[in-house]
Amino acid sequence: MSDTEQILRVVNLEKSFGKHKVLQDINLDINKGDVTCVIGTSGSGKSTLLRCINVLEIATAGNIYFHDKDILDRSNKITDYRAKVGMVFQHFNLFNNMTVMENCTIGVRKVLKKDGDYAQQVAEQFLDKVGMLPYINAKPAQLSGGQKQRVAIARALAMEPEVLLFDEPTSALDPEMVGEVLDVMRKLAQEGLTMIIVTHEMAFARDVATKVAFMDKGVIAEFDTPEVIFNNPSNTRTKEFLSRFMNR
Amino acid sequence: MPDSFFGRVFFLLQNYWESYLRGAGNTLLIAIVATFIGVIIGLIVGIIMTIPKELNENPIKTGFLWIVKKILFCYIELFRGTPMMVQAMVIYYGLIQYFNITMSMLGAGFFVVSINTGAYMAETVRGGILSIDKGQTEGAKSIGMSHFQTMLYVIMPQALRNIMPQIGNNLIINIKDTSVLSVISVTELFFATKTVMGVYYTAFEAYFIACIIYLFMTVTCARILRRLEKRMEGSDSYDLATKDTLAHTSGMTGYIEKEDK
Repeated sequence: MSDTEQILRVVNLEKSFGKHKVLQDINLDINKGDVTCVIGTSGSGKSTLLRCINVLEIATAGNIYFHDKDILDRSNKITDYRAKVGMVFQHFNLFNNMTVMENCTIGVRKVLKKDGDYAQQVAEQFLDKVGMLPYINAKPAQLSGGQKQRVAIARALAMEPEVLLFDEPTSALDPEMVGEVLDVMRKLAQEGLTMIIVTHEMAFARDVATKVAFMDKGVIAEFDTPEVIFNNPSNTRTKEFLSRFMNR
Repeated sequence: MPDSFFGRVFFLLQNYWESYLRGAGNTLLIAIVATFIGVIIGLIVGIIMTIPKELNENPIKTGFLWIVKKILFCYIELFRGTPMMVQAMVIYYGLIQYFNITMSMLGAGFFVVSINTGAYMAETVRGGILSIDKGQTEGAKSIGMSHFQTMLYVIMPQALRNIMPQIGNNLIINIKDTSVLSVISVTELFFATKTVMGVYYTAFEAYFIACIIYLFMTVTCARILRRLEKRMEGSDSYDLATKDTLAHTSGMTGYIEKEDK
């Protein structure tokens, strides 16, 4: 990457639920334009890492720096930080009481405090990008999974975040809908959006990622370019995991 | 005084319809106003009871909230755990004896029924809030909404829809339970009926009429609330939006209504 402005830095992050350590010694640097894919077996802590980064889970120890500001520090407002770090969930989490358009404008109006016309413009722009513009009057319950996820991506984009986190965005979708969501994400990656993607879509990760992190038992076992991870991994666990995946 | 049952009923209605009407009016007024105030009390208490502890919260705020929650908890337990009839007596006569305040008839009715309903509604609202999927809260948080904004725009509109049947229940219960206010001489329907009965000792006929009036009021209120609920659900279809104005005639809508400006 030519542009190496650092956006996020995770230092010695640790998270435990009771006595059970889910994450330990997590160190991660995210620069502007990076598309970091996080892969690994279920229960390896991938999602928890993402949730810690967005402070939906509070890390037990360690620091998260956003432009060199410690976001876990008392003086910094979490809501301001979250507005700049978007998140797309496995189960979409669209607001069920709002239409597609309202889902995308509410944050712009109430969190960014922009006026309604501006919010509508921004929402239209991003709904168009994900191909959901015709559905602005629909309620989430009236959409298919793939459509919901594309709206959820538009909702996150409407906030114009600096980093977008994806927590297994295609895992809850029917196979025929996975493609439409991955296409949108691929487009975003090409436009240079900084993303951290937890995924089980290995082919997608290999294509799109600039960096791949392989997680195993709560630690980042290997962190490298997709070429190295997928073609020549050094860690034995990575090898095992990938061979199991590729042979399916 | 006629001999037949229906003859007696009509006789009572003819002579005392005004008493019945005034009683029914007071019953309905107290029940509706008190349910409304009770729901508002319930909303406030229920919302406060579900405020989570946030990261980097000021310890003074945490302590203050803890005390407020304990007080509200006591309020709920106290008013759910004692009969409304006893509450009416304690409040009405307590105020007269020790504070020298004599509440007006309606004032006492509103007050007692409201705080009683509020205690029940607080738990209903709390249940309504808890019934909303955690993902809704996380979605709201992920775009930077504060807890207050999340409640206002995302959780409460959905929770309110879910607790509508319970609000209806409370209204119907209140229409019937205002009868206990007769112990502090509120001239609601039960009190009025007792008076009518006392004139000719026609207990069965007098209360039969009261029965019909109560039933009519509760059934009507239930109907109206059902309508309201349907309305809150909103339409179950939607229009596709398009920029092609020709398509508007086929039922598709434009993106922005004020496009021609």
